[in-house]
Amino acid sequence: MSQQEKDLLQVKNLKTGFYIEGELHHAVADVSFEVKPKEVVCIVGESGCGKSVMSLSIMQLLPELISKISDGQIFFEGEDLVQKNDREMNKIRGKEIGMIFQEPMTALNPVFTIGYQLQEVLFNHTTMSKKEARERSIELMKEVGISRPEKIIDEYPHQLSGGMRQRVMIAMAIALHPKLLIADEPTTALDVTVQAQILELLKDIQDKEDMAIMLITHDLGVVAEVADKVVVMYAGQVVEDAEVNELFANPKHPYTTSLLGSIPKMDQEQDRLNTIGGIVPSLENMPHVGCRFADRCPMAFEDCKKVTPQLASVNGQHQARCLLNKECYPADHPEHKEAISQ
Amino acid sequence: MLKYSLRRILGMIPMLFLISIVVFSLAKLMPGDALGGEIDPLNTDPEYIEEMREKLGYNDPIVVQYFDWVTGFVQGDFGQSVKYKMDVSDLILEKLPNTIFLGMMSLLITYVLALIMGIYAGRKPYTVGDHLIGGLNYLGLAIPSFVAAIFAIYFFSFQLNWFPSNGSVDIMVQEGTLDYWLSRLHHVILPAIVLGALSTASYTQFLRNDIIDNSRRDFVRTARAKGTSRSKIYNVHILRNSIIPLVTFLGFDIVSIIGGAVITETIFTYPGIGQLFVNSVSSRDYSVVMAITMMFSCLVLVGNLIADILYGIVDPRIRLD
Ligand SMILES: Nc1ncnc2c1ncn2[C@@H]1O[C@H](COP(=O)(O)OP(=O)(O)OP(=O)(O)O)[C@@H](O)[C@H]1O
Ligand SMILES: [Mg+2]
Repeated sequence: MSQQEKDLLQVKNLKTGFYIEGELHHAVADVSFEVKPKEVVCIVGESGCGKSVMSLSIMQLLPELISKISDGQIFFEGEDLVQKNDREMNKIRGKEIGMIFQEPMTALNPVFTIGYQLQEVLFNHTTMSKKEARERSIELMKEVGISRPEKIIDEYPHQLSGGMRQRVMIAMAIALHPKLLIADEPTTALDVTVQAQILELLKDIQDKEDMAIMLITHDLGVVAEVADKVVVMYAGQVVEDAEVNELFANPKHPYTTSLLGSIPKMDQEQDRLNTIGGIVPSLENMPHVGCRFADRCPMAFEDCKKVTPQLASVNGQHQARCLLNKECYPADHPEHKEAISQ
Repeated sequence: MLKYSLRRILGMIPMLFLISIVVFSLAKLMPGDALGGEIDPLNTDPEYIEEMREKLGYNDPIVVQYFDWVTGFVQGDFGQSVKYKMDVSDLILEKLPNTIFLGMMSLLITYVLALIMGIYAGRKPYTVGDHLIGGLNYLGLAIPSFVAAIFAIYFFSFQLNWFPSNGSVDIMVQEGTLDYWLSRLHHVILPAIVLGALSTASYTQFLRNDIIDNSRRDFVRTARAKGTSRSKIYNVHILRNSIIPLVTFLGFDIVSIIGGAVITETIFTYPGIGQLFVNSVSSRDYSVVMAITMMFSCLVLVGNLIADILYGIVDPRIRLD
C-alpha cells in the first residue's frame, strides 16, 4: 500500500492564491501535511495565515474567478481532488468529507426550515424517501444533543441560538458518516460555556463515528485537549508539524514557542497575554527571500533574511521550517550538507 | 394574520377621512363646475341656472355639501356624472374591468421579463449577456413611457399593422365568444407591453444584484459543502431569498400600474379608468374625479397592506401580529 493510500488526506505543496489587481498573490504558499484515518489534526496559527483558504481549497469551495489553486496536489483516499470537476466534487462534499464553519449565525439559509436543510444532504447522496429522511434527521439532531428535535425540525434558523445552529451544522456534516470532518474554528463565535459543549460533542462524535477531524483553531488549550497531531501555519506556510506531546515539549520553531507562550495560565496571575509583537505580513508584502517570520522573530540572525528555510524533518516525524535547525537549510547550502554528514 | 389585516384596515379609516377632505377641497377650489360645462348655450336664463344650482345643492354651505358627499360615498352612492348622465358607480364599474385586465397583463409582462432577464444576468454576471441585458434596461429606463407608446403605435399599428391602435375590443365580435376574448387580448397587448416595460428595467437590475449578493453569502458555501448542485443552489437557495423583495413590490405595483394607466390609456384611447379620469377632469365632471381620486387613495393604502402581508408570507423571519 502506498503512502497516499494509507493516509486519508495528503496535501502536497499546495499553493492557493487570490488575484489582486490582476496579479496572483498566494495566501497558501507551499503547504504539505497528512491526515491519517481516525486522527485528529489541529491546524493552528494567527489570523490571516491561510488556514481557512487551505481548508476551502481541500473542499474546492474557494470563491470563483478571484482565486486559484496554482500548484500542488490534494490526495483524498489516493485521488487528487485538485483534478476533479465540480460534479465529481459534489459526490465527495457532504458524503466523504463534511465541513463546519466559524459563523453559525450566517451559515444556514434563513428561509428554509432546519429540517429541509438537514434532509438536503441526505437527498443529495442517497435515495431515501421523505419519511425516512425526516426520521433520520430527527435521529441526527438527537445525536448532536438537540432537545425536542420533533419541534426544532420545523423551525427556521433565526429561532435557534448560535450554539444550536452549530449543532445543526454538525448534524449536517456527519449525516452520512464522512471519513473526514473539517471544522474551521467551529467555536470561535460562541459563548465560552457553549464552546466547551461543542468541543465535547466533537470529541464524542469522533469516538463514536471513527472519523478523522481536521480542526482549525486559535486555542492551544483546545489543541492540548483533543489533538493527535498539530500543524502550525504562518503566513501561508507550514512552519512546524509534530505529534502533540512532542510539539508542546519540544517546539523547534520560535513562532510555535511564542504561540505556546501566549496561552493564558489559569494558576498564574498575569497582567497581559504574552503575545507576539507585529503582525502577519499582508499578501502583497510577503518577503520573497528568507524566513517569513524573520521580522518578528526574537531569535533571528543574519541568515534568516537571506536564506529561505525548507520544511524538513528535525526529529523523526517532527518537521520544522527554521534555520536554527541545520536540516532546514536548502539542500545546496553548505550548512545543510554539514547537518547531513553528522 | 386576519387580526393584523383587520387592525390595519381600521387604521385606514382616519387616513381616508383626511384624504376625503383634501379631495373635496381641491374639487371645490377648481374653477367652474359641472353645470357650467354642460349648460345649453341656448338656454342661459339666469333664473333657470339658479334653479338648477339650488337643485344640485351648489348653494348649500360648504360643510353641508361635504357631509352630503361623504354620506353618499360611504353608502356607495358616488353621485351622478353630469357628462354621462349616469351613476358614477355604474360608470366606474363599466370601465374598471378594462383597467384591471390591462394592469394584470402588464404585471405579468413585467414579472416574466424581469425574472427571465434578472435570473440570467445574476447567474452570469459580467458576461456579454449580462451587459446586453443591462444596456437594454438602461435604454428602457431612459425612454419615457409616452414616447414609447407613440412609437409603438406608429411602428406596430400603423407600419406593421400587427396590433390595433385604440379601443379595448373589436365592436363587430359577439360578447362572450372566444373571438371576443382573443380580440380583447389583441387590443391589450400593445398598451400592456408599454406599461409593463416601465418597471421591468428596475426589477431586472434589482433581481440581478440581489442574486449576486446572495450568491456570496455563507449559506451558499454551506449548501455547496453538502454537495448540492450549482443549479439547485441558484434555483432554490438563492432564488427563494431574492424573490422576497420582489414579491413585496407587488403591493406597490397595483398603485403604480393604475397611475401609469392614466397616460397609457389616454394615448391608446383604451376605455379604462385612466381615460375616464382624464376626460372627467377636462369636462369638470367633479363627482367622477372625486370618486376616482378616492378610489386611487384607497388602492394606495390597500397596496401597502398587501405588500406587508406578502412580506409576512414569503419571509419566515417576519411575523405579522
Ligand atoms: N476572498 C478573498 N480575497 C482576497 N484575499 C483573501 C480572500 N480570502 C482570504 N484572503 C486572504 O488570504 C489570507 C489568508 O486568509 P484566511 O482567511 O485563510 O486566514 P485564516 O488563517 O483563516 O484567519 P482567521 O483565523 O482569521 O480565520 C489573508 O491574507 C486574507 O486577506
Ligand atoms: Mg479562517
